[in-house]
Amino acid sequence: MNLSMESAPGLVAVTLVALATLGIGTWGLRFSRTTSDFMVASRSVAPRLNASAIGGEYLSAASFLGVAGLVLVFGADMLWYPIGWTAGYLVLLVLVAAPLRRSGAYTLPDFAEARLGSRPVRLVCSLLVVCIGWLYLLPQFQGAGLTLHSAVGAPTWSGPVIVGLVVLVNSVSGGMRSITFVQAFQYWLKLTALLVPAAVLVAVWVGDGTPGAATSEAWGAGGWSTPLGEGGGQGLYLTYSLILATFLGTMGLPHVVVRFYTNPDGAAARRTTLVVLALLGVFYLLPPVYGALGRVYASELAVSGRSDVLVLELPRLMLDGPVGDVLTGLVTAGAFAAFLSTSSGLAIAVAGVLSQDVTWRGPRGRLHGITAFRIGAVLAVTVPCAVAVAAPSVGVARTVGLAFAVAASTFCPLLLLGIWWRRLTDAGALAGLVVGGLGSGTAAAITLSWSTDHGWAGVLVEQPAAWSIPLALTTMVVVSLLTPRRVPAHASRFMVRLHAPETLELDRG
Amino acid sequence: MVRPWRRTHLGSEADRATFRALHSASLASPALREGLTAGSAERSIRHLRALLGTPALAITDTAGLLAWDGTGQHHEEQVPALVAATLERGGTRGFDRGDLPCQEAGCPLRTAVVSTLVVEERVVGTLQAFTPYPTAGLARANDEVAQWVSGQLELAELDASRTRLMEAEVRALRAQISPHFIYNSLGAIASFVRTDPDRARDLLLEFADFTRYSFRRHGDFTTLAEELRSVERYLLLEQARFGDRLQLTLGIAPEVLPVAVPFLCIQPLVENAVRHGLEAAEGVGHIRITAQDRGQECVIEVEDDGVGEDPEKVRRALAGDASSDSVGLGNVDARLRNAFGEDFGLVVETAPGAGTKVVVRVPKFAPGVHP
Repeated sequence: MNLSMESAPGLVAVTLVALATLGIGTWGLRFSRTTSDFMVASRSVAPRLNASAIGGEYLSAASFLGVAGLVLVFGADMLWYPIGWTAGYLVLLVLVAAPLRRSGAYTLPDFAEARLGSRPVRLVCSLLVVCIGWLYLLPQFQGAGLTLHSAVGAPTWSGPVIVGLVVLVNSVSGGMRSITFVQAFQYWLKLTALLVPAAVLVAVWVGDGTPGAATSEAWGAGGWSTPLGEGGGQGLYLTYSLILATFLGTMGLPHVVVRFYTNPDGAAARRTTLVVLALLGVFYLLPPVYGALGRVYASELAVSGRSDVLVLELPRLMLDGPVGDVLTGLVTAGAFAAFLSTSSGLAIAVAGVLSQDVTWRGPRGRLHGITAFRIGAVLAVTVPCAVAVAAPSVGVARTVGLAFAVAASTFCPLLLLGIWWRRLTDAGALAGLVVGGLGSGTAAAITLSWSTDHGWAGVLVEQPAAWSIPLALTTMVVVSLLTPRRVPAHASRFMVRLHAPETLELDRG
Repeated sequence: MVRPWRRTHLGSEADRATFRALHSASLASPALREGLTAGSAERSIRHLRALLGTPALAITDTAGLLAWDGTGQHHEEQVPALVAATLERGGTRGFDRGDLPCQEAGCPLRTAVVSTLVVEERVVGTLQAFTPYPTAGLARANDEVAQWVSGQLELAELDASRTRLMEAEVRALRAQISPHFIYNSLGAIASFVRTDPDRARDLLLEFADFTRYSFRRHGDFTTLAEELRSVERYLLLEQARFGDRLQLTLGIAPEVLPVAVPFLCIQPLVENAVRHGLEAAEGVGHIRITAQDRGQECVIEVEDDGVGEDPEKVRRALAGDASSDSVGLGNVDARLRNAFGEDFGLVVETAPGAGTKVVVRVPKFAPGVHP
């Protein structure tokens, strides 16, 4: 086997993506004009551009690699992952987007502070942002390891280290801050990187005379294409829990929420969310295509437990020669873009929170802003990187699913009640966050640290959302009702600010 | 740095009582420093009652109850009568069972000590302590606590007047733009009336919009987009006057346009840059305005390559010396620090002959700051 020929397309793709990203970032930073066309109003970020940027930051390794792998192995049930990851934005659109923008908050801890006026709640929110960010970064780094191993043949530990270093350098030097152009570019790159190979591969499949799935002893017959084909009550619970986690978790993702700040007002935030729904809807049509084609051409990947590399290896398995190499290069580029954009967004969000709320006191008094941010960035990247190298992977999409479960069990109740229920108190929010965070966080830690047994205990721990979300929500409501005197004095005024359209002439206090 | 936890001797019982009292007072003071309102009374009354150790405590304004803490809430309706009776005489007054009729058996509130809260020799409210039986000690303690509360409220009044002063300065700043700039702009527009009537008309409209924004009455904050739009109009008018002598470079990251900034916080800096870069020097002047996204905050820079200034003079202007000719610099600095905290003051880099760069840092979110 000629290793250099094998790895050439992957190397070229990875290098090109890194260069293009840095190039656009530099161009965006140096972006300057003269007064003649300095029209500030026309320069605010349009919903379509912002939506592409959200898509670019949101579509992670889990979407790009994980979904196809899950569909390959577990079948139609797993389509709930892409559906949930899209539908999360529907919930966001209807219940959260516009009020959150009108609150003026940049991060989730900001929202908690603005709504409840409480430092302890803010601190707990910051801790949760860090935990969710780390949990979400972990599978990105693991996916990077898989990609580099598959594309270049590098050892698995090198992927997390390399991507971690790139992200760290980028965020510390300020090269890839949340520049809208760069992130928007990443979305279209990822879409192209999946769409073009998918079209070619489907054509090949049609040319082969549309063969059906190979029947293999390893995965029993029948159940693959029918939802809830097996599993009984546990399967049903897992499905509903997954639906809850993904539908309600999106609003609690730190790197998504900060992008809404870029919208000029609440109406623009809604329009942006609508476009995001469309963009994600288009994107998520593709991974299942890979999964289904994988059933036909790559059944040995599922058996060998390397299902996450399906998207990367399918072009070579179906096509020989230069066409296969080019398509492999394209999907590798897309995968690399997925790690870079999502990891950068997350690392910056986590580093920002760490520098603002957690590490702001150094040995000699207050740390300078940039120093604190750099320390935060190092922490934000190294911790999940170390875990990714040390711990075995439980599947890219599943780990991301756990991050969603934690976000849904903590920030979803806080946001929903904070926006729609006047009587929420700081004590109630604190209790709910702690209960939801401990419950789902413990479950996630158990799932990640050792493989769970089958049976109800294992199932409840594997997908905690269905019990941890109601638990957190109930705790928040009950404790708030028990502490009616702690309703913040400005609650009513703040509700007016959240829900009154900007065009309405009124005194917002 | 975490210091190893060590059990230390905390002093005698009396010392500890003092510490406890001081601690309660320090907990109550932040709320009281906001002035006497229902909200501040509610947040401080718990600590004040801990200080006095009475079963119930009430804070009132001159009209009626603001906050009640402790048992016996059925006495709340008698509070206004106690206020009225105390206001008649002033000082500290005791009340017995005759003044506090009560049907409930075992209610510990039999007597009350009421002291007035005085701010600048004006009675603003009362502090009412309720106990089972009267003691001279409580009367004394209540009187002392009321005086301490009055002191905190006076400080609050001081804060409020400082804010009012700042508001007055903003109003002055709005008025300050006018004479010099209006005269020059109108002169420049007039020069186009015959040669280029369309441009003259456009400039007049820009001028109208500029003045409307600057004389806006409501709101202390605006978005960076609005503020930059005003800067844009200002620069258009200045370009009409200076023509090619005014060279501009702008780099505005669109992500930071929604950030909330104090009203008129960039425009005075640009006006200074134009003055230093062009009016004082011969030849072409470059002005560079950038706004960058730095994650949790936004950094705005206004730079000129003009005559520069003596750093000592700038320091005095930032310290609030009104005689300096850097109009508004001290005012903008004070308002930024007032809104976002002491870390967010202006940074001015300048030297004679080396141009001037003013750096404004604004957090993307600050509690209570809304455009």
